[in-house]
Amino acid sequence: MATPIKPSTHFLTQTPPPPPPLSGHCLRHPPHVTHLLCRQYSEEENNPNTIRIQNQLKKKKTKKTRNKKLWWILLFLYNAMPASFPQFVTEAISGPVPDPPGVKCLKQGLKAKHPVVFVPGIVTGGLELWEGHHCMDGLFRKRLWGGTFGEVYKRPSCWVQHMSLDNKTGMDPPGIRVRPVNGLVAADYFAPGYFVWAVLIANLARVGYEEKNMYMAAYDWRLSFQNTEVRDQTLSRIKSNIELMVATNGGKKAVIIPHSMGVIYFLHFMKWVEAPAPMGGGGGPDWCAKHIKAVMNIGGPFLGVPKAVAGLFSAEAKDIASVRALAPGVLDSDLFQIQTLQHIMRMSRTWDSTMSMIPKGGDTIWGGLDWSPEEGYSPSKSKHGKNHSESSTLNESTGEVTHANYGRIISFGRDVADAPSSEIERIEFRGAVKGKNVANNTCRAVWTEYHDMGFGGIKAVAEYKVYTAGDIVDLLEFVAPKMMERGSAHFSYGIADNLDDPKYTHYKYWSNPLETKLPNAPDMEIYSMYGVGIPTERAYVYKLTPAAECYIPFQIDTSAKDKNEDGCLKDGVYTVEGDETVPALSAGYMCAKGWRGKTRFNPSGIKTYVREYDHNPPSNFLEGRGTQSGAHVDIMGNFQLIEDVIKVAAGATGEELGGDQVYTDIFEWSEKINLKL
Amino acid sequence: MPPSFPQYVTEKITGPLPDPPGLNCLKQGLGPKHPVVFVPGIVTGGLELWEGHQCADGLFRKRLWGGIFGELYKRPSCWLQHMSLDNITGLDPPGIRVRPVSGLVAADYFAPGYFVWAVLIANFARVGYEEKNMYMAAYDWRLSFQNTQVRDQALSRLKSNIELMVEINGGEKAVIVPHSMGVLYFLHFMKWVEAPAPMGGGGGPDWCAKHIKAVMNIGGPLLGAPKALAGLFSAEAKDIAFARGLAPGVLDSDVFNIQTLQHLMRMSRTWDSTMSMIPKGGETIWGGLDWSPEEGYFPNNTRKNKTSVSSQNESNSEARNTNYGRFISFGRDAAELHSSQIKRIDFRDAEKGKNSANSTCREVWTEYHDMGSGGIKAIAEYKTYTANDLVDLLEFVAPKMMKRGNTHFSHGLADDLDDPKYAHYKYWSNPLETKLPNAPEMEIYSMYGVGIPTERAYVYKLTPATECYIPFQIDNTAGDTDPSVCLKDGVYTVDGDETVPTLSAGFMCAKGWRGKTRFNPSGIKTYVREYAHNPPSNLLEGRGTESGAHVDILGNFQLIEDIIRVAAGEQLGGDKVSTDIFKWAEKINLKL
Repeated sequence: MATPIKPSTHFLTQTPPPPPPLSGHCLRHPPHVTHLLCRQYSEEENNPNTIRIQNQLKKKKTKKTRNKKLWWILLFLYNAMPASFPQFVTEAISGPVPDPPGVKCLKQGLKAKHPVVFVPGIVTGGLELWEGHHCMDGLFRKRLWGGTFGEVYKRPSCWVQHMSLDNKTGMDPPGIRVRPVNGLVAADYFAPGYFVWAVLIANLARVGYEEKNMYMAAYDWRLSFQNTEVRDQTLSRIKSNIELMVATNGGKKAVIIPHSMGVIYFLHFMKWVEAPAPMGGGGGPDWCAKHIKAVMNIGGPFLGVPKAVAGLFSAEAKDIASVRALAPGVLDSDLFQIQTLQHIMRMSRTWDSTMSMIPKGGDTIWGGLDWSPEEGYSPSKSKHGKNHSESSTLNESTGEVTHANYGRIISFGRDVADAPSSEIERIEFRGAVKGKNVANNTCRAVWTEYHDMGFGGIKAVAEYKVYTAGDIVDLLEFVAPKMMERGSAHFSYGIADNLDDPKYTHYKYWSNPLETKLPNAPDMEIYSMYGVGIPTERAYVYKLTPAAECYIPFQIDTSAKDKNEDGCLKDGVYTVEGDETVPALSAGYMCAKGWRGKTRFNPSGIKTYVREYDHNPPSNFLEGRGTQSGAHVDIMGNFQLIEDVIKVAAGATGEELGGDQVYTDIFEWSEKINLKL
Repeated sequence: MPPSFPQYVTEKITGPLPDPPGLNCLKQGLGPKHPVVFVPGIVTGGLELWEGHQCADGLFRKRLWGGIFGELYKRPSCWLQHMSLDNITGLDPPGIRVRPVSGLVAADYFAPGYFVWAVLIANFARVGYEEKNMYMAAYDWRLSFQNTQVRDQALSRLKSNIELMVEINGGEKAVIVPHSMGVLYFLHFMKWVEAPAPMGGGGGPDWCAKHIKAVMNIGGPLLGAPKALAGLFSAEAKDIAFARGLAPGVLDSDVFNIQTLQHLMRMSRTWDSTMSMIPKGGETIWGGLDWSPEEGYFPNNTRKNKTSVSSQNESNSEARNTNYGRFISFGRDAAELHSSQIKRIDFRDAEKGKNSANSTCREVWTEYHDMGSGGIKAIAEYKTYTANDLVDLLEFVAPKMMKRGNTHFSHGLADDLDDPKYAHYKYWSNPLETKLPNAPEMEIYSMYGVGIPTERAYVYKLTPATECYIPFQIDNTAGDTDPSVCLKDGVYTVDGDETVPTLSAGFMCAKGWRGKTRFNPSGIKTYVREYAHNPPSNLLEGRGTESGAHVDILGNFQLIEDIIRVAAGEQLGGDKVSTDIFKWAEKINLKL
């Protein structure tokens, strides 16, 4: 897919962009969304600069229409894709859909063989209330997260209070216990009609799977990975359940299917389970070899996602999942008055897990000031001509390739992003005096650490001009020291020089593939399966917010864009190839190179496979979220992917699937990364 | 029973309720200590569809059992087809997979607003429990106990989950809370888990001692329930749990045309589990032609005369002996005359005669069609059946069903528990044919409601029109004007929780297992805790907080508090008894 779409920023940013030409923005989306988008634009044509005015505009709409609209926006925003439509509606209008993969596999004689474990990602798992304050009375064991999100509307501040964790410990605040929903229902549907795992589950059931050999490893995705064990003993439960399923299925090893953040959660698990107690699970050094046949990672942010940086830095992550799911209800209305973004930032900053997705490996992986692995990538050059939707092929096949400096993950100002590094004057921000606290007391109602920073600090951040992956952690430590203090106790973002250094036995390294060795399990297989063909956020152009009072001081400069139609910069965001959330580099590199063959990260030579799934948007609204989608969550309904999963679960090996299946230049990009293997 | 009313409505009208037991315990400083495992009974657990025929399209992972029973109304015959098991194997019919719902949602509410475990769960949560130390051992309650392992590995899952919870809770042993048939299921589990593989779970001879602190049985039909008998014999069991759950929708309407009862019988006869509740121990336990342990009992004897519906006019008359030992009598006379006056012709080898059913009846399979009028007559001529005759009777009228049942359950009384035959799993759910595990520190509680008339024996008659119909039915004209006799609508009642007679729920803990007996060689401590039924004083109290009824007792505050106390590591203070259970138990002449 060639079009670098403009992400749907207008819901989230306080300065919506000027109305774009229709062709550039709406065509990628199916008609109903287009309609909605465009209407939205027209409503905001005389663009207000503050969210306050935006909110006032919205207030004028009747509650009814707002609610109706909210529903669509919820679906749209959550993954910028239309909602699933029941199959019979589709069939009635567009003729029969192809045999679902489960039926197809059944006809080929495939049957349930290996037990299957799902590991959901961030945001998609339901959370329910077990203990709460008075304002939550009557909601015992009701979903606070997932489902209809009814409580967000009814009691917004109570809801934020209960969804937040303690900002010192990253654990439950006193008197509040919110716990993950268990079982397949935890993440089969995220909201009514919005599937996550349901399609996969239904297809596996067709070949004979049921709950005795299919398990959802639900966990509280807000917590740091190790804390899920400390508080809920989740890792122990997963270990015990895998052992049970292997034992009751005649010793057949398990096929693990993690999705999104679940991928790095399961990396953590594999280290934890073999590490000695009490830090680890004490399963012994051959636990993985004995219990796991294959790990089939779907859309895994192995090396992090740039979106997470934007989310943590300015809460703007246009569609970083955590904020995105909230957006419809929260941002679209004035439930929290004008401080919406701050409230969200405060809440999501108490979630340690968000820090697991900060880009890892620094400049070596992500590129420096003047180079990046993907440089030279241009959407129109990508190889999926056959899959172009008509809209995107029209006006984007000509034009010169602009050389985007993807390595500069954050740049202050468009000029800085483009200029050669020699021309940029940078003033070190580390150690800068943060200056006096600017915030007056009214702002204090919302705790974001910006209030502790002062003018000096803000200026210092801006004057460093450009931040590469190597600077990102320092930057976040500068702007959010308390959050990062928690984060650095649980996660690490570096590259190990010497993996045998005893410090690497600490759990904070376990979710970073560049600081751990894979288990000793030569018969195991690791798959990296991800969608490609959708422009995916990779780097940002920032500016200072004009009115800093009571506000997040930085924001994405949405006015920054390429003159060139097929450039990768739109609305202040540089995009590359990926699945809309995770760049292909992050999802594919480890299996394409870092772990391929016997490397120091993969000492036992576990076989790895890269399977890319080219995005092909549904041809019409009625196809719902499509059966050939490559988008981060919608790929869970991709028939090709499901078929691959069923085949492996029924006993096939990666070779029998056909080895690698690649559309992008992932191998070429990997070659450019100079990492000792 | 009326549906539950939301608490705030109740509070609005009747004033604040007493503190819920969870809050009460919290105030006393109790917190979670031992992990807790719930074992639901028959009927109350949800079942969902995993694979079905065309007629069930679109119902993947939707509840067929539990919830609103919507499909039952929309597509009754499809529903019946999917809820039935194979009548030869007792397992899935081809192309159909109906599976238990797992997790706490399996049995927290049976239908919207109709709680089962929800009140208990909510109160446990108050003192700090959550899913890591609270587990619902859901299983497919239609299957025989051993088949839940064969098909779903349910026993292995239960074992693994208990082990996990004990481990992650710092080695604190589990408190098991089985309800109704779950009590028998868990008895089976305790034998299974220590038995060597492949028949057992291979946990070793000290598994229970290591993992279980207490088994707190609620309303357990340890020795069976007479209602199960009536259900199997004539599908009439007016309110045996399984018919009751269906009753509102099925019996009141003509969704299945006139053959409702036969359809129900056909379906429920494919469920092996129903046979686990046939009364066990024969005449030794349940009484013979002329005696029974409870004889002399009449309702006003119980100390809760305010409760029973029948109490007003039954307080002043002479006690007459009711022959509770005669489970099934054909005609009132056969039920009351002295045994010497009854002329019985043995049915066991009787010629069944020609098949009386015409082919239209065939569309509903009940084994009566294979029996013929000769067989029906033979049964009626035996006149009266005691517990010793029951299994033979059922084998006569439903040979195929009992053939399945006999491979999974046994209803006898062991002379020699060391006989190697008792290593077979079919004995594991019968407390009279197994030894308790070797776990001297374990405790077993028998907790059950009392004060509600409970079915104990029946007066039957032949159905006038046998064509296309079940040939026997309870003679509901048989009632007694003499208030001292508990006969109403053809049913003799005794004290109990409306489903399980006190004798069945209490005997083992009151006597059979008390101290060191051959059934309890390691001297596990046993406690009998009775909860006198006190019906809600008005409709708004919903199902009450002092109920002793079989299912509603799960909302009984006193019972909940007792369970929380044990789970928190406290002592309860021994027996709490209001019936004559100890007296009745003494009359039973069982070698201990």
